[in-house]
Amino acid sequence: MEPVVHLRATVALLGRFPALAGIDLDVGRGEIVLLRGPNGAGKTTLLRVLAGLIPPVRGEARVLGHDLPAQARAVRRRVGLLGHGTALFEELTAADNVGFWGRACRAGRDDIEAALGLVGLDGRLRDVPVSRLSAGQRRRTSLACLLARRPELWLLDEPHAGLDNDARDLLDGLVRQAVSQGATVVMSSHELDRAEALAHRTVALAGGITTTPAQPGDEVAPGATTDVTPRSEPDLPENVTKVPYVA
Amino acid sequence: MWRDAALVAGRDLRVEARSRVTLQQVGPFALLVLILFAFALDPARQTLERATPGLYWVTVLFSALLALARSAALDEAGGVRDALRLSALEPAGVFVGKALAVAAELLVLEAVLGLGVIVLYGAEPAGIGLLLVTCVSATAAIATTGTLYGALVSGLRVRETLLPLLLLPVLAPVLLGATRAFEAALGGAPADGWPWCGLLAAFAVLYSVAGAAAYGTLLEGS
Repeated sequence: MEPVVHLRATVALLGRFPALAGIDLDVGRGEIVLLRGPNGAGKTTLLRVLAGLIPPVRGEARVLGHDLPAQARAVRRRVGLLGHGTALFEELTAADNVGFWGRACRAGRDDIEAALGLVGLDGRLRDVPVSRLSAGQRRRTSLACLLARRPELWLLDEPHAGLDNDARDLLDGLVRQAVSQGATVVMSSHELDRAEALAHRTVALAGGITTTPAQPGDEVAPGATTDVTPRSEPDLPENVTKVPYVA
Repeated sequence: MWRDAALVAGRDLRVEARSRVTLQQVGPFALLVLILFAFALDPARQTLERATPGLYWVTVLFSALLALARSAALDEAGGVRDALRLSALEPAGVFVGKALAVAAELLVLEAVLGLGVIVLYGAEPAGIGLLLVTCVSATAAIATTGTLYGALVSGLRVRETLLPLLLLPVLAPVLLGATRAFEAALGGAPADGWPWCGLLAAFAVLYSVAGAAAYGTLLEGS
C-alpha cells in the first residue's frame, strides 16, 4: 500500500534558507508520527510542506498519492493543519468560526455541529465571541474547525500548547479516534512524555534533516536518545544560503 | 464561486456588524472630514456649493481607505491566510465576497454622507437616477480595486501606509468620473453625466475581472 507521506531528499526553502535540507520520511496509513527536535529543526516547515503550503524545491514529495508541489491543491483539501495561528475571527462566536471554516471546506451542518460537540463547545461557549474565550478555549475552537473538515491527514503543530490537562486528554482521545477511523497523524510537540505516549513512532529532526530511521515499523522507544548524524550535504539550488548544521 | 462569495461576504459583514468599526469609527471620520471642509470653505459659501461633488467623493475615498484596510486586515490574522489556502474556497469567490462586503459598507456610508452634504453644504438633490447609478458604479470600482490592492500589499510590514500610496493614484479616474457625474446631476444636466458613469462601470468591470483572476496568485504569494 502506498504510504500517506513519502519524502525523499526533499528540500524546502524559507526565503533563501533551506529549512528542510534533504529529508526522507515515510508515513503509513493509520500511523501517528511524532516529529521531535530543537527549535529551528524544521518541524513546522515539514508540516507546512506536507499541507501543500510550502513547495518543495528538490527531491521527491508525495502526500496522499499526490505529487507536491504540482498537486498541492488536491492535497490541501484532504489535510487538516492545526498550526501556531488559530485562524479565528475575534468578533465572531466559536460557532460562527467553526461554521465558516466548516462550510469553506464543504462540511455539512451535521459535521459542524458534531465538531463543536466533540470539543465541548456545544453549550454556552458556542455563542461566546472568540475575543472572550481563553487561550485553551480558542485552541479547542481551532480543533473543532479541523474536525469539521474530516481530514485524512492530520498535521498538528504543538497541539498540546495552551491546553489544560482535560483538554489535552480530549485532544489525545480525538486523535486516537480519528486514527481508528483511518486517519493518519503527523505532529510536532515539545511535550514529549505525552506526545510519545500518543505516537506510534518518533522521528527526530535537526538542521532540516531526519536523524532517525523513518520507515514505518522502525520504532523509537519513548524518550530514547538518538544519534544525530547529518547526512551528506544535500543538492541545494545555487542561490540558497547554506546554514550551519545545528544539533 | 458565488456560493463562496456569499459565504465570505457574510463573514466580513458579520465581523463588521459585531465590531461596529464602520459605524463607530469610519462613519464619524467621514462626517468629520465633511465638517472640516465646511469650516475651511464656509466663508465662501458659493465655493462650498460648487465643490460639493468633489468634496463628497474625496471624503468617500478617504473613508474607503479605512474600510479597505480593515477588510484586508481580517485575513491577516494569525493562520487565516493558511486556512484560506487550505479551504475549498475559490480564490475568485473570496475576492468577490470581500469586494461585496466593502461595497455594502461604502453604500451605507455614502447614504449618510449624502444627508451630510444636504445639511452641511446645502446641496439640493437632483437627477436621482444618475446619482444612484454613479454611487453604485463608483462604489464597485473602489471596492474591487481596493480589495485587489489590499491583497497585493498583504504580508508586507508597511501595508497600512503602502495601500493608500498605491491605491489613491489608481483611483484618480474614479474620483474624476464620479465627481463629473455628480456635477452633471446636481447641475440639472444629467445627460452629461452618463458617459462618466460608463467610465466608472468599465473601471469596475476591469478590476473585477483582474481581481478574480489574480486573487489566487496573490493569496499564494503573500
